Amino acid sequence: MSAQATTFLALLARDLRVLRRQFGQFIVRTIMQPLLFVFVFAYVFPKIGQGFRGGPSGTSFTTVLVPGLIAVAINFQGIQAVALPLVQEFSFSKEIEDRVLSPVPVWVVGLEKIAAGALQSLIAAGVVFPIVYLVHAHGAAPSVHVHDIPVFVVALLFACFLAAAMGLFIGTVIDPRKITLLFAVVVIPLTFLGCVYYPWATLSPVLWLKILVLLNPLVYMTEGLRTSLTPALPHMPIWAFMLALVGGSLALGFVSLRTFTRRVVT
Amino acid sequence: MPRGEFFGLLGPNGAGKSTTIGMLTTTVVPTGGRALIAGMDVRSRSAAVKRRIGVVSQSNTLDRSLTVWENLYYHGRFFGVSRDRSRRRADELLEQFALSERRDAMVYHLSGGLAQRLMIARALVHEPEVLFLDEPTSGIDPQTRINLWRILTDLHRAGQTTLLTTHYMEEADVLCQRIAILDHGKMLALGSPAELKQTLGADTVIAVTIEGDPAALAERAAALPGVRTVEREEQVVRVFATQAEGVLAKLVQTATELGVLVRDASSQPPSLETVFLTLTGREYRE
Repeated sequence: MSAQATTFLALLARDLRVLRRQFGQFIVRTIMQPLLFVFVFAYVFPKIGQGFRGGPSGTSFTTVLVPGLIAVAINFQGIQAVALPLVQEFSFSKEIEDRVLSPVPVWVVGLEKIAAGALQSLIAAGVVFPIVYLVHAHGAAPSVHVHDIPVFVVALLFACFLAAAMGLFIGTVIDPRKITLLFAVVVIPLTFLGCVYYPWATLSPVLWLKILVLLNPLVYMTEGLRTSLTPALPHMPIWAFMLALVGGSLALGFVSLRTFTRRVVT
Repeated sequence: MPRGEFFGLLGPNGAGKSTTIGMLTTTVVPTGGRALIAGMDVRSRSAAVKRRIGVVSQSNTLDRSLTVWENLYYHGRFFGVSRDRSRRRADELLEQFALSERRDAMVYHLSGGLAQRLMIARALVHEPEVLFLDEPTSGIDPQTRINLWRILTDLHRAGQTTLLTTHYMEEADVLCQRIAILDHGKMLALGSPAELKQTLGADTVIAVTIEGDPAALAERAAALPGVRTVEREEQVVRVFATQAEGVLAKLVQTATELGVLVRDASSQPPSLETVFLTLTGREYRE
């Protein structure tokens, strides 16, 4: 194995060690939001007779939610797992100064951070799926089936990579003193305007919004999972989200590795 | 720097010490010129250079999410040291740096002195050809400092090539074979501590503290036999002389003749600090 690959894997092993140590925290921050969401909207609402119309052809609201909430978990964990530690490392802990002295080009250190973030996104998706699939009132079960495994796998993996690359980008360009704005300015708008609670195709009556949300990376994560998990609902064409997820991952990956390198080498 | 040398970089704040270390350790890109570590260019072969150096930076850069032992173990792994060897090195270094008791403590809870020791231990896990120490003893207690000096001296005896920056002249004097004094990005002097002290051209430095204006005394002092140069500053006349005997007494006598009250008078061999202050001035920096 090349020296660079050895270092890359060692960096990843370190991140997994830390994740194991903080796994309880990871689980809590991953499941709390989707769990409460499905509890209120998929269990309490149907029980009290206050309901949302699902998609066409009689599908329930939970069917809309399953891919949406998984995509939110991927997006949120990817950004958080990379950006927050990085901001700490740049401001007070300075750990980054030592990490970039690892015997590899600096961009490899950045790529490892994306890989570790993507892995956490993937674990988050796995943890959230059973919750959003199982928590619902009687008769409000989501209809989920994967009919195209390759599309599902590619969409899932690139969604994770894209989220982590966003995390690296945000972590390297944000002023550490403004990190508290991350949620208000980035995570929450992306989530509410990310076609999480409504399929993109159904936005036609609000055409300007339908066009505007195309700037939101989360839309492609949601639509990719929607197409592969709940094909009964209207969804974006496969080529469109594939292009955005794969192209966006490569482009943002490249840009974030550059901003990372510029930030640590002066 | 030849292999095995212990080299010191001295300079006031803003002199360019940390920038120099940054360039040599690949984290600052030089705007011109060339720097080689073990024969390799720091720009074009940065990864290979990084493999051969160990760096202790000014700030605490330990991995706060790991234990003391894990900091050493994973550092070794980053540098391609095998699992077994990395484990053994971590154990050895904890022993050598008297950190074994804190082996499983989270780094987050270490005091400044312990953290500093662990930083040095970590920089040695992969047995670097060159060790960089950027102000390793600033802000730690005298006991810890003396112990670190002992460790660094032992490493030097074992053949470790080391580059140190420090604000403590005594530290440079004790540890370094050669010293460069920098200011405003330029090298002002280079030599062994003894050579640098000789550049003053004086065997002794006499400081006389008086009451009132030192101008008249300074003028008369310059004319005394054996006196090379005279500096004055507020109420102190500092005389660099080639001989110790007689000059101090004559100075005090001259002061009395001038009717100036002498509050304190001392004579000392020239120190690195005197050399440093002569070269870089006595004004405040930053």
